[in-house]
Amino acid sequence: MASYYESKDLAKFSDISKNQKHLWDKFLAWYNAATATEGALTKREKSLIGLAVAHTVQCPYCIDAYTNQCLESGANLDQMTEALHVTAAVRGGASLVHGVQCRNIVEKLTM
Amino acid sequence: MTFTTTLSEHRLMLTPLSVETLQVNLGKLCNQACKHCHVDAGPKRTEMMTREAIERCLEILARSPTITKLDLTGGAPELNDHFDFFVAEATKLGKHVIVRHNLTVTLDAHPISGKSMEYLPELFRTHRVEVISSLPYFQERETDSQRGAGVYAKSIASLRLLNAVGYGDEASGLILNLVYNPVGAYLPPEQAAIERQFKDELWKRHRIVFNNLYVITNMPINRFRHFLERAELYDTYMTKLMNAFNPAAAEGVMCRSLISVGYDGTLYDCDFNQMLHLPVNHGAPATIWDFDLDMLLQRSIVFGEHCYGCTAGAGSSCGGATVAKG
Repeated sequence: MASYYESKDLAKFSDISKNQKHLWDKFLAWYNAATATEGALTKREKSLIGLAVAHTVQCPYCIDAYTNQCLESGANLDQMTEALHVTAAVRGGASLVHGVQCRNIVEKLTM
Repeated sequence: MTFTTTLSEHRLMLTPLSVETLQVNLGKLCNQACKHCHVDAGPKRTEMMTREAIERCLEILARSPTITKLDLTGGAPELNDHFDFFVAEATKLGKHVIVRHNLTVTLDAHPISGKSMEYLPELFRTHRVEVISSLPYFQERETDSQRGAGVYAKSIASLRLLNAVGYGDEASGLILNLVYNPVGAYLPPEQAAIERQFKDELWKRHRIVFNNLYVITNMPINRFRHFLERAELYDTYMTKLMNAFNPAAAEGVMCRSLISVGYDGTLYDCDFNQMLHLPVNHGAPATIWDFDLDMLLQRSIVFGEHCYGCTAGAGSSCGGATVAKG
C-alpha cells in the first residue's frame, strides 16, 4: 500500500454500508441531522465546529470534507483560521492544565 | 454520465414553458476582466451589438406581450453606445428592464471613449431599472481575488451611489439585488443563509442596503474552466456538480422561460450556450431577424455537460437558486 491516506478514498466512505447496512443507515441519518441542517446553530457554525474537530482528530478526510463544507456554507478563511486557533488553544490548554497534576505530585514528593 | 442521460434517469422532460425574458448580450467589452468570467469579457474586447440589432430586439418586444422582461447583460452592457436608448425605449413599451451591472463601471470611465459613466444611477432610477450586481463576498480579499485589485472598494462606493438615489430601500420600490458566486471550485451556500450574512455585514461595515442576494454556481466555461484545468480540478468540480444533481432544480432551469440573444443577434437557450456557440435548435435560422415565438416554444433545448452547473444543489439561474433548499 503506497499510502494509508488517498484523497480518492473519501468517495468510498459509503462502501462501509456494504456490511451491516442498518448500522450505516442509522449513522448516516444521525450524522446528517447533526451536521447538515440548520437548527439552533446555523449550518455555517456547524461547519466551523466540524472543521475544528477534524483538526483535533487530525483526520485528512474530515479536514477535506469540512474545509469544503465551510466554503460552501459561506465561511471565509478568517473564520476558519479562528476556528483552528480555538482547536489549538483548547488542545494546548488541555496539556497545560495537566500541569496541575505535575505540581500536585511534586508537592507530595518533595519537602 | 451525460446530462441528457441523467434527465432520462429522472424521467425529466425539460421542454420550453414560455419566453418571459429576452436576455440580450450588448457586447463583450467590460472595464473588468474577472477570473471566473464565462463570457471572457474585458477592456480589449470589441464585439458590440449594433443599433440596428437593438431596434430589431425592440420590435420583437413590441409585438410579443408575453415577453415581459428585458435582461441586459455583457460585458458591461452600459458600455454599448446605444444602452441608454435601449433602456428608454423598452421602458416605454412597458417592459421590466433588468441590467447586469458590475458596479465599478459607474466609476471607471468608458475604456474606449473615456466618457464618464457616473450618470448611471440616475438613469437607472429614471427608468426604474432593476439592478443586479455581482459582489462575490462582503470582504475585500475574496472580492478582489476574483474580480481584480481595487474592485471591492469601488463596488462599495458605487453601491453607496445606488443607495443614495433610493436603490435597495424597500419603500422606494427601486430594486437592487446582489449576486454571490463562489471564489473558487466549490458550490454556493444556501441562498437565504448567505443573504442574511451579507445584509448584516454590509450594513455593519458600510451602512449599505440591498433587496435580495442571488447565489449563482460558477460555470465550467471559458476563464473558470481554464482555472479548473490549470489547478487540475476540472474532474473534481464536474463530479461535485453531478453528485449534487437535484431534479427539483432541473425543473426550474431558466432556459425553459428565457431566450438569450448574442451581440450579433444569434438566439440561444441561455447565456452559457451562447458562450459555447450552441444556438437554439428549432428548425429555423436562429437569429433575431427570423424570430418566431411559436417555433421557439416548440424547440428542443440544447443541453451539455455545463448544464450540471444549473441543476446542482438548490439550482442556479440568472435569478439565483431555483428551489428553496438543496
